[in-house]
Amino acid sequence: MPHVHKMLKWLELAGMMMVALIFVFPFVWMFLTSFKSLQEVIQFPPQWLPETWLWENVVKAWDSGPFLTYFSNSVLVALSILILQFLTGVPAAYAFARYRFKGRNWLFGLSLIALMIPPQITFLPVFLELSQWKLINTLWALILPYSASAFGIFLLRQAFMQVPEEIVEAARLDQASEWQIMWNLMVPMARPVLVTFGLFSFIYHWNDYFWPLVMTNQELVRTLPIGIAMLKQSEGGVAWHIVMAGNLILVLPILLIFFLAQRQIIRAFVYSGVK
Amino acid sequence: MNQQMSILERLWMPVRPYLFVLPALLVFLAFFLYPIGYMIYLSFTSWNFISPDKEFVGIANYLELFAEPEFHQVLFNTFLYTLLTVSLSLGISLLLALWLNRRGSLYGIVQGAIFSPYIISLVSVSLLWMWMMDPRYGLLNWVLNWFGLPPSKWLTDTDSAIYGLILVSVWKIVGYNTLVFIAGLQSIPREIYEAAAMDRSPVWRTFSKITIPMLSPTLFFLLVINTINSFQVFDTVQVMTQGGPVNSTNMLVYYIYENGFDFFKIGYASAAGVVLLLIVGILTVFHFLFLSKRVHYR
Repeated sequence: MPHVHKMLKWLELAGMMMVALIFVFPFVWMFLTSFKSLQEVIQFPPQWLPETWLWENVVKAWDSGPFLTYFSNSVLVALSILILQFLTGVPAAYAFARYRFKGRNWLFGLSLIALMIPPQITFLPVFLELSQWKLINTLWALILPYSASAFGIFLLRQAFMQVPEEIVEAARLDQASEWQIMWNLMVPMARPVLVTFGLFSFIYHWNDYFWPLVMTNQELVRTLPIGIAMLKQSEGGVAWHIVMAGNLILVLPILLIFFLAQRQIIRAFVYSGVK
Repeated sequence: MNQQMSILERLWMPVRPYLFVLPALLVFLAFFLYPIGYMIYLSFTSWNFISPDKEFVGIANYLELFAEPEFHQVLFNTFLYTLLTVSLSLGISLLLALWLNRRGSLYGIVQGAIFSPYIISLVSVSLLWMWMMDPRYGLLNWVLNWFGLPPSKWLTDTDSAIYGLILVSVWKIVGYNTLVFIAGLQSIPREIYEAAAMDRSPVWRTFSKITIPMLSPTLFFLLVINTINSFQVFDTVQVMTQGGPVNSTNMLVYYIYENGFDFFKIGYASAAGVVLLLIVGILTVFHFLFLSKRVHYR
């Protein structure tokens, strides 16, 4: 019997390796392809390792378009959205969590509806609206529609509701204004939630392809995902080693964050669905 | 305290909550709720985006839409894609969750590995799989060859292209579903299993009479979320196939995008948008009905 048990254990281990490989190996393949020469890429059966590691592929990808612009636009957009969502979300969540006012549930329901409507449904009318306001092909078209997050408000409201009333009362007795209570008392106490939400929001908008694709058609205001996707459109066959090298620029920061904060990120994303 | 309140403060108090929620609500109104109304209105008009007037045409766009064979195919593709993506990813995830729901760092590492594609941009994932699906030099044909199977044309063949997209989506979301399943499994009280073990309940019966019923809220949640998300598929289509070859992978959001942005048929595209809105809306209502029911039972 112990023999069978041991064998099952090994079998399970092998199975787990296989499963992990299916999900991780494509990334390894992307990495390996990035440093190959064109000759090595167009070979079948494939060559596993590059003969010499061509680090200049990444430079080639970066130089093939205005990638500094794409990169800084990506960072700028994702960070601006994060800051605006924080500034609009904290007061709204505070009001929903701590004040009783007429129409509160109704207004909160309205935010929940916003949470349910995906951008894939609204993009056409929003595009027309933004073009009326002459904001198409500006970074505002990428930032403004996301400047408040229903999911963020929802998370923060729950965190604020958990702060004991006594602490707030004590602060009020100390002559703290509502504004101070909100930013200096509530916000620090909700730090774990803020980290969770911040990671979610940043990764989501860093990765986003759909919205910038629809709202812009000029290089100057486009973001990294679009730049990378355009690497594919080279003349005469796709230069996969260059495309994969570009892909690294998009993927590595996120994998790095994931490596550093795996637990928080998993919590953020799993929770984002379990609303 | 109250006596010290100035007149200004007394006036300010009742408005304060409204001012606090105002900025966020304005954003939701401008970019979520108003556009929905605007889209419904546009679906009853004919407009090419350039001309100054929108002509009211009643339900003509809807009639045209439902008479159009291409749209039938788009709907068929979307439903096929959704059905297969959702059932495959849920089935695989459930098995993985039952297997990997254990303590130990090795299980944690495998869980993290499965989850990692979920946080990577769909563009990267699409490009990566496009490369692996390359009919001549791709890794996947090498794998097929290794198993002694004939090579596939993957995305370049009308018969196989949509399955290529399904494969990519399943690969990307399995990790998310698995972790949500594991969270669901861990919320089942341990005592129930202990009681079942005391009663010498066979493994299969414990699974079918305890695990599955207790997991059904999670299962239902994932079913709805995955279905809604699958109906919105766009990035993979746009990057990997652009709806082709010969429309075999064209799906709802891409169809709306094409008609609106390439052909400037704003009214027609809006009508297709309303169809998507209805599908997602019905699913969302289901979700809410279920949620409220569950609250009642508690």
